[in-house]
Amino acid sequence: MLSKETADRIRESAARYPSKQSAILPALWAVQHEQGYVTQEAMGEIAQHLGLPASLIEATSSFYSMFLTRPEGRHEVVICVNAPCMLRGADEMTAHIERRLGVRDGQTTPDGAITWHSTIECLGGCGGAPMMQVDHRFEEDLTYEKVDAIFERLRSAPAPHEMGQPHKALAVPPVKGEKARSGAEGARPRGRKTQQ
Amino acid sequence: MGLKPILTKDFGVENLAQLSVYEHTGGYTGFKKALGMQPDALVDLVKASGLRGRGGAGFPTGNKWSFLPKGMYPRYLVCNADESEPGCFKDRYLIETSPHQVLEGVMIAAYAIGSNLAFIYIRGEYLPQYEALEGAIDEARKAGYLGKNVLGKGYDLDVILHRGAGAYICGEETALLTSLEGYRGEPRLKPPFPAIKGLYGKPTVVNNVETVSNLPHIILNGAEWFSAMGTPTGKGTRVWCISGHVNKPGNYELENGTPIRELIEVHGGGVWKNRKLKAFQPGGASMMVLLPEHLDVALDFDAIAKAGSMAGAGAMVVMDETTCMVDAARRYVKFFQHESCGKCTPCREGTFWMANIFDTFEGGTAKGTDIDLLLDVGYNIDGRSFCPLGDASTWFPRSVIKYFRDEFEQHVAEKGCPFKKVPEEAVA
Ligand SMILES: Cc1cc2nc3c(=O)[nH]c(=O)nc-3n(C[C@H](O)[C@H](O)[C@H](O)COP(=O)(O)O)c2cc1C
Ligand code: SF4
Ligand code: FES
Repeated sequence: MLSKETADRIRESAARYPSKQSAILPALWAVQHEQGYVTQEAMGEIAQHLGLPASLIEATSSFYSMFLTRPEGRHEVVICVNAPCMLRGADEMTAHIERRLGVRDGQTTPDGAITWHSTIECLGGCGGAPMMQVDHRFEEDLTYEKVDAIFERLRSAPAPHEMGQPHKALAVPPVKGEKARSGAEGARPRGRKTQQ
Repeated sequence: MGLKPILTKDFGVENLAQLSVYEHTGGYTGFKKALGMQPDALVDLVKASGLRGRGGAGFPTGNKWSFLPKGMYPRYLVCNADESEPGCFKDRYLIETSPHQVLEGVMIAAYAIGSNLAFIYIRGEYLPQYEALEGAIDEARKAGYLGKNVLGKGYDLDVILHRGAGAYICGEETALLTSLEGYRGEPRLKPPFPAIKGLYGKPTVVNNVETVSNLPHIILNGAEWFSAMGTPTGKGTRVWCISGHVNKPGNYELENGTPIRELIEVHGGGVWKNRKLKAFQPGGASMMVLLPEHLDVALDFDAIAKAGSMAGAGAMVVMDETTCMVDAARRYVKFFQHESCGKCTPCREGTFWMANIFDTFEGGTAKGTDIDLLLDVGYNIDGRSFCPLGDASTWFPRSVIKYFRDEFEQHVAEKGCPFKKVPEEAVA
């Protein structure tokens, strides 16, 4: 069940747009902010608040790569490996991240603190490459030492939503049995091409 | 050309993102002046200035505004802040440093086209930038720049900030509108163009962040002032993002017509580690590669097009002599494969096949004939795709085959990548 606050937010945004369907993305963000990821059940609730069929919410949601469909670590670390970042050592940095965290691309550390993955999507930080986003905030001009210090901080830091920040996250057990992906292979495919 | 910057002239001022500081630098005087003018006069002014869109296509902004059908309301102004072109980070810089400048531009454009509701569509990954704009909109609303009867002039305006969720294709204007309507962000057929049938089927103008950021200055200083800068067909300045193998990557606002050499060697601080320049790419991931012999080409839509590439979104990616051009192209192809929306077959399947073939070059299993196979696949995508994403996915790899075919052959002969990976010191 969504909190009253989230439900109110969904209905408020629906009232702002000329079409309530436009509130689907804001609603999905509100849900992810509260629950850390977006379940089928939550999409059903969004559908009710917006007065739209649930299939429509699911069709829209599955197109976008940023909505998580399962719980992940308290913090999300994403490193860009597209060409401009590659030129400045993104592959080496990716290898370092994997070594330091001890889990593969797309996986979560055993303590539930960090889920990391590489992406082929430019994050708009090529000017500070190698770069990564931590809970959607920029960490640029990375060095091994800098990355280590960031991880040190994240291990004990509460999830962004616990600090009142609009992101996501729950402490969860690691995701087991993931197939390895690395470097340019890391771009995680999600939903984009699956027609509902 | 040592011209004073326009958009970034006050970017050294502390706390420029705050309304009071922005106003102190002259902020919102352009909007106030605009409110005292007739909307049609504003359209004419922007037409006369020669301002062209900075989102990639370079379409004249005033002309785009004038295409809206007379008497059809409501109309919408949509600011495109979906910036996701690899190599491009100028809109991020403009938003985070001066969100009010973007907002003022949005307000001027909305007033000029007679829109009472404007949208800013920002990519989901730009969370700090989303917050900067959110703060600016709040401040502007409290100060009476937004809402009913703006500044007592009888004009109503609201701005909705809309957060995307990770899809490069939503930067394409029709996909953006589809996404804003709450659907899967797939492009629509043009025509009808958004000016006729855009958001919710109503007349709509889509303008880029940098484009609208120019507006306050054009309104304040006039069309002649603006058109005195730049080249005959490219007025004003552009904010260039320079990345890759240079000493000082970053954003630099330069007058149009400045030689590429100046951007790379002076502002970018030259190629790093005293290495030689191998190639560079203006305009972002989609655009064709250029060579050192093109260094004296001007930063200008037409000049770069004449040299065989495109200025696109204003990203300059610099590659030194140690770069594996095959791997660079492979990354871009993978990017397009990942970002293909899947609506049309040439792009969906073609980018997939190109990516697979590129993997065989890096993996050491490619055959000599695969080079022409790549060209063949590219040829079957370009011009046969539903939107420019598919076409553009082939431009960089094909230009790399044109200029660096020997590197592909080397990958075949040596059964893998002949270039050593970037040495440790690159990241230490
Ligand atoms: C695949 C694709 C991606 C695009 N991405 C962006 C983008 O991120 N930002 C942008 O302003 N324009 C982007 N454009 C261009 C827009 O379609 C549109 O031309 C532009 O926003 C118009 O604004 P302007 O006239 O101010 O340049 C993209 C176009 C294509 C084909
Ligand atoms: S060219 Fe690619 S991105 Fe464009 S409509 Fe076709 S599949 Fe979608
Ligand atoms: S290519 Fe990595 S952030 Fe742009």
